Amino acid sequence: MITSFLVKSLDRTIVIAVAILMVLAVLVPALNLLTAPDHPLHVPTYLVSLFGKYLTYALLALALDLVWGFCGILSLGHAAFFALGGYAMGMYLMRQIGTRGSYGDPLLPDFMVFLNWKELPWFWYGFDMFWFAALMVVLVPGFIAFVFGWFAFRSRVNGVYLSIITQAMTYALLLAFFRNDMGFGGNNGLTDFKDILGFSIQADGTRAALFAASALALALSLVITSGIVRSKLGKVLVALRDAESRTRFLGYRVEHMKLFAFTVSAMMAGVAGALYVPQVGIINPGEFAPGNSIEVVIWTAVGGRGTLIGPIVGAILVNGGKSIFTAAFPEFWLFALGGLFVLVTLFLPKGVVGTAQQLLARGRADRKAARRQNRDEETGLGPAEPMAAE
Amino acid sequence: MTGKKPRSLLYLDGVSVSFDGFKALNALSFIVEPGELRAIIGPNGAGKTTMMDIITGKTRPDEGEVYFRGDIDLTQKDEADIAQLGIGRKFQKPSVFESHTVWDNLELALNRRRGVFATLFYRLTGEDKARIEEILSTVRLTARRDDLAANLSHGQKQWLEIGMLLAQEPELLLVDEPVAGMTDAETAETAVLLKEIARTRSVVVVEHDMGFIRDLGVKVTCLAEGSVLAEGSIDFVSNDPKVIENYLGR
Ligand SMILES: Nc1ncnc2c1ncn2[C@@H]1O[C@H](COP(=O)(O)OP(=O)(O)OP(=O)(O)O)[C@@H](O)[C@H]1O
Ligand SMILES: [Mg+2]
Repeated sequence: MITSFLVKSLDRTIVIAVAILMVLAVLVPALNLLTAPDHPLHVPTYLVSLFGKYLTYALLALALDLVWGFCGILSLGHAAFFALGGYAMGMYLMRQIGTRGSYGDPLLPDFMVFLNWKELPWFWYGFDMFWFAALMVVLVPGFIAFVFGWFAFRSRVNGVYLSIITQAMTYALLLAFFRNDMGFGGNNGLTDFKDILGFSIQADGTRAALFAASALALALSLVITSGIVRSKLGKVLVALRDAESRTRFLGYRVEHMKLFAFTVSAMMAGVAGALYVPQVGIINPGEFAPGNSIEVVIWTAVGGRGTLIGPIVGAILVNGGKSIFTAAFPEFWLFALGGLFVLVTLFLPKGVVGTAQQLLARGRADRKAARRQNRDEETGLGPAEPMAAE
Repeated sequence: MTGKKPRSLLYLDGVSVSFDGFKALNALSFIVEPGELRAIIGPNGAGKTTMMDIITGKTRPDEGEVYFRGDIDLTQKDEADIAQLGIGRKFQKPSVFESHTVWDNLELALNRRRGVFATLFYRLTGEDKARIEEILSTVRLTARRDDLAANLSHGQKQWLEIGMLLAQEPELLLVDEPVAGMTDAETAETAVLLKEIARTRSVVVVEHDMGFIRDLGVKVTCLAEGSVLAEGSIDFVSNDPKVIENYLGR
């Protein structure tokens, strides 16, 4: 059952993309660790972390594509699931600090000592164990998405209304996480991490490993999403995206289908956030800002929604552009981003990858037609030629 | 749930529904027997489509009873439940899944388990394949099986939708204006097809095309202003003065 699911998920583009990610997972760390800093092919550590960050953004965009591109659910709150995964990882990293914090408390993170808290809140229990934190990275975003989706999809909230309540959700979480008494470090969030699984978080080797982990997580998620969208369930998702009530009249429980996709997507976003936090070294409530979720939509639109590869390309292109652009003209970035979104919506509604695929398909069809025509002409001329030769 | 609805497949009694004060259905009563093919006519806005909305769970009636197979109360079920019970529906304007191929449209409609995980791990069996191929040839779309439904002609979309209904294997089929926009030849073929389909199940057809209704040669119900105006053979109904005044004469 599982194997047939996996086999079906692998079409050519996915195989190529997974292969590229695997190669990167080995090559980039190797070029960083095994070459001397003055070697022409050396990849400096700051770039390893920067690219690693892009890969986690790509995973977030891929997660959004599953719900937006294939179910038509325009979630404007996906960064919230990313941030929740990030916080779960951040809590683990905080508890690894131990006595090395400024206050040297073996149990309480610095901000709790600062707030005069005497004991660890119950929801911080277990986060000293990596496996527990890793589980929470998927379960917490998954649970919140499940509860949210349960109510929203059952009451048949659709379209703009759904988008608005997803914004409200991330905004509510933003406000909650800002509060000191929530117990997540308030305004400052969680930072000053020391090590992960016993390895120093600053070490080149750890950074390289985090990059490789991000690439592998993206590859694995790509295989899973591809498996979902190519299954019969994926066809039902596209069907309900295009004609929801028709799908109901065929006997499908549309709300269950959406809930499944939304929950899986939130879990993937959580994994992305968990890989992001150790690479940037901080998680704070700013990650819940409504604008962040909207940016994810832009990456996905630029790359091409509903294409799986598109959001990955889009996230890397836009964020690469952002890194270059903000270095040169920091104050104009938001205008550039807005302009890009408008241009893509107007001129490349299928995004970069969607448009490229369309052109390729058309080229293939043209060639096929040309070949057929050639063949017809040849067979038409066939008998005439020998006669002319004689 | 009393003896008053013995064995009829579909039983509507005193069904009323209003939209913003406008009574689309007004104490409508209507019975379909197992295996029956029934035609419904009536002027625009008579409530024909609304009646189908009520039966399939899209609209809830304000009052009245709707029972399927004698004792299943349809007013308590939603669209997916009702579809799984075995009531299929063809919409007034053709609605197929345009971004899917003809084949995938039929595969989606096939009467198989429809849960999240059952569909996620679904594999096309030889049996299902044979069934889809059989339907393809019934609705004459074998040559277009790999084309997107969006690229079909209007008539072909109507046929594909009928094919999807066949794949659903419903006990009761509700068909809303199946020949609208079809050529005369297509209309005649559709009448043959519907009669064929009705051999193994009950079918309710809404249509304005009187020639088509005559071709079907079955019992006719005329609706007007949300209730039944007349019921009987086509000749009986079309000679009814109320029907002439409300519908045919207009
Ligand atoms: N969801 C709705 N909201 C408001 N009014 C509605 C709704 N559905 C139907 N109506 C109104 O109810 C009346 C009956 O409509 P219905 O579509 O059932 O007519 P019909 O008999 O199918 O007509 P036609 O032959 O034009 O298809 C119409 O006046 C229509 O405007
Ligand atoms: Mg109608």
